[in-house]
Amino acid sequence: MPLTSADFAAIWLTLQLASITTALLLLLGTPLAWWLARTRSWLKAPIGALVALPLVLPPTVIGFYLLVAMGPQGPVGALTQSLGLGTLPFTFTGLVIGSLFYSLPFVVQPIQNAFEAIGTRPLEVAATLRAGPLDRFFHVALPLARPGLVTASVLGFAHTIGEFGVVLMIGGNIPDQTRVVSVQIFNHVEAMEYAQAHWLAAGMLVFSFAILLTLQRRGRVGARAIS
Amino acid sequence: MRHTLKTLLLCLLLPSAQVLAEEVQVAVAANFTAPMQVIAAAFEQDTGHQVKASFGSTGQLYAQITHGAPFDVFLAADDSTPAKLESEGATLGGSRFTYATGALALWSAQPDLVDHSGAVLRSDRFQHLAIANPKTAPYGMAATQVMAAQGLLEQLTPRLVEGQSIGQAYQFVASGNAELGFVALSQVYRDGQLSNGSAWLVPAELHDPIHQDAVILSKAAANPAATALVDYLRGERAAKIIRSFGYQL
Repeated sequence: MPLTSADFAAIWLTLQLASITTALLLLLGTPLAWWLARTRSWLKAPIGALVALPLVLPPTVIGFYLLVAMGPQGPVGALTQSLGLGTLPFTFTGLVIGSLFYSLPFVVQPIQNAFEAIGTRPLEVAATLRAGPLDRFFHVALPLARPGLVTASVLGFAHTIGEFGVVLMIGGNIPDQTRVVSVQIFNHVEAMEYAQAHWLAAGMLVFSFAILLTLQRRGRVGARAIS
Repeated sequence: MRHTLKTLLLCLLLPSAQVLAEEVQVAVAANFTAPMQVIAAAFEQDTGHQVKASFGSTGQLYAQITHGAPFDVFLAADDSTPAKLESEGATLGGSRFTYATGALALWSAQPDLVDHSGAVLRSDRFQHLAIANPKTAPYGMAATQVMAAQGLLEQLTPRLVEGQSIGQAYQFVASGNAELGFVALSQVYRDGQLSNGSAWLVPAELHDPIHQDAVILSKAAANPAATALVDYLRGERAAKIIRSFGYQL
């Protein structure tokens, strides 16, 4: 196989990025999805729309604003500098933050749909059995929403693996920090190293197909969650 | 119904076919973006031809050309890529010439960071140094040669961030995300002086000369606008514009 150590480093980095992003998104996205599924607040529509924005925005828009916001003159950059963290573009942490925005809807929406599908009845029944709000969430809602959570994890992971435009704009192509597989494929193509580009690109193709096939086989959960 | 549709299509296609004859599509290396925009405007005014310019790294544009991109003229950032296209038979024979010799600048958007001899490179006053991807962008390659010539390459490598073209390297520095970077002098130079920030005009002997060559691509054989543009590039008015951006001729 003509893959170099730089290619393997990119693969490893991509897997790390996708794992960390997915874990963080499950932690942050589940309460958000719960709120979106249950609330009657007027904020539901605008927040739901905000969550969905990355579905329609070009990654260049997200990348550009992240670069500006996280730069030394931007609000996020000012904050991270005052905390002694420096600025975030060109760092792995910066990529994680970019990926959180980029993959947010792919995690929140399936979970939200799953919560909404449960309806109020199981929760009301649990309440009559004296289950408190936390008890109802952890022992009724979460187990019932399991298929949605699985779909969310798979989609969040896969979508982060496929991230390109955002990374290209805030990454700076640094080995072991920001050079993920999609960027490495771009580098190979630009340098006319087509054999290596093929190996990585075909790997991505097979990987993505396998993921979607798994979702399809799990019944129609995945398809429903995406739509 | 079918007839009206056909007529409609013909009406749409015919005039544009006429316009195409006087339109030249030119692929331009990112460092030449600003001068090309000025030259294109002057050229359009003087000749009536239309210029459609695409900007990118030389490697990127080469890949597009070899895969059938519809360019008539290619202004590269080096001389080896046009020579390669020539040897592959993708150009009009004898059309290759050097339209500009590029200069490199170590530039910062901060007014007092970069001194006039580049000593800042030996300091720890910066976290990130932006360059263009040395594999695909000649200015990136020249930047690594400068660092190597000063014995600094190894020590600076952990602080390097790469833009995919010299345009992105410039943007990293302009946005302040990299404190300084090696950019094309033409990106920060207007009318004989630095437009903002601070810069070290890198002496040409620290890197291989950046001879930027142009070629007419073979698909433009029948396009008078392509030859007109190349003639214009060799002319007095273009030379003045090119020099004003800090290039040598």
